[in-house]
Amino acid sequence: MSAASAGASVNLASRIISTLQLNRLFVIPQEWQQLFETCRKRFDDLFVGSLYFIYVKVWPVFLLRLRNAILVFYYMSETQATSYDSKIEGNIIFTRLDAALNWVRKNSLWPMPMGLACCAIELMATAASRFDIARFGAEVMRFSPRQCDVMIVAGTVTYKMALAVKRIYEQMPEPKWVIAMGACASTGGMYRSYAVLQGIDQLLPVDVYISGCPPRPEALLAGLMKLQEKISRQGAFRDQNPELAEKLEDALA
Amino acid sequence: MTAQELFDWFEKSFAPKIQGKTEFRGETTFTISAIDLRDIAKFCRDELSLDYLLDITSIDNFGEEPRFEIVYHLYSMPHAAHLRLKLTVSEEIAAVASVSDIWPTANWHEREIYDMMGLRFDGHPDLRRILMWDGYPYFPLRKDFPLEGLRSEMPDVAFTKVTPLEGGPFVTVPTTAGSKDREPRARPPEL
Repeated sequence: MSAASAGASVNLASRIISTLQLNRLFVIPQEWQQLFETCRKRFDDLFVGSLYFIYVKVWPVFLLRLRNAILVFYYMSETQATSYDSKIEGNIIFTRLDAALNWVRKNSLWPMPMGLACCAIELMATAASRFDIARFGAEVMRFSPRQCDVMIVAGTVTYKMALAVKRIYEQMPEPKWVIAMGACASTGGMYRSYAVLQGIDQLLPVDVYISGCPPRPEALLAGLMKLQEKISRQGAFRDQNPELAEKLEDALA
Repeated sequence: MTAQELFDWFEKSFAPKIQGKTEFRGETTFTISAIDLRDIAKFCRDELSLDYLLDITSIDNFGEEPRFEIVYHLYSMPHAAHLRLKLTVSEEIAAVASVSDIWPTANWHEREIYDMMGLRFDGHPDLRRILMWDGYPYFPLRKDFPLEGLRSEMPDVAFTKVTPLEGGPFVTVPTTAGSKDREPRARPPEL
């Protein structure tokens, strides 16, 4: 299949558009970059940031940065032909768009280390060489909520700190998750006291609770893996950005 | 100078002002009046070389009069001697002179007592709450403050709620029995 002539390009572009479906992963051959540009003009406002190429065997896969997620497209002239085609067999990865987004998200969770008490020591140990949270793609701990995906509330949340924790959570961009690490963050722990918030879930939507006082690093890693499982079941695109999904569907209609 | 000579000198200098003296396991405590605090404190630091203020604590003897006690723990670096001063404060006055200009470390200790017990320190350069936030309406370490706390609300600053104790407080009891009996449990006060 070639895109030598301009007429064919336009034709092919219209076919690309007509076969673009949500919840599909698209792979476009290298020589179709020009066509891709044509498509791009139509969806211009959807494409934020740079275009990335990674080569899967022969064909390039286009990864588009879309907000904080990455959209992966493939092209097939006829959907039926994809059921089996010896020429492309093994070069195309079929997946749902949600699954692709979730795959990207769950393997690159950037934690916001909300270290408030002794649990933070275990959190630090989890990041260090023996346990190495980098094995799960969550090693990028920066004290900057605006680049974070998951807040790990590690320690006793006092009432004095409570609204500060909430404020930091609100500074994190969507999509975002919360891990309540340890007894104190989950329920107030042993502090049945005038000064301690009885669980951070009174202020934030908690995704994973980790028991322990403090939990061992393995427990935190297990909690992180639970969160990854949870993320992989989410309807990433439809649920979290319904306006954009509608916009895309309208553009494709 | 030994610790004993130090105490003798102290007693000789302030004989009429000392309300009581107790010794317990080698620790000497003098009870004084709140009015004499600054004179005695200056003398302790300058003459007796009690140059190190270890701690200031406060006690709420709820139901007694005077209600509050303040305890100063002093130490002399050159003579290696401890001295404890105690004074009482009534609930009506609820204030005592600050010693933060005599021992600068008293600054934060006095702020903590003000925060937790609600006793003011006259002459303190910066008497704000130190643990709770400015505007918190209660003094949590007073005996009439409930263990589970009280509800309060300061928009955009902080809030507090009443903690569910679920039958608590969970306390242990002194016993030679096994760990099963020593374990902290909900024990309602025996009436």
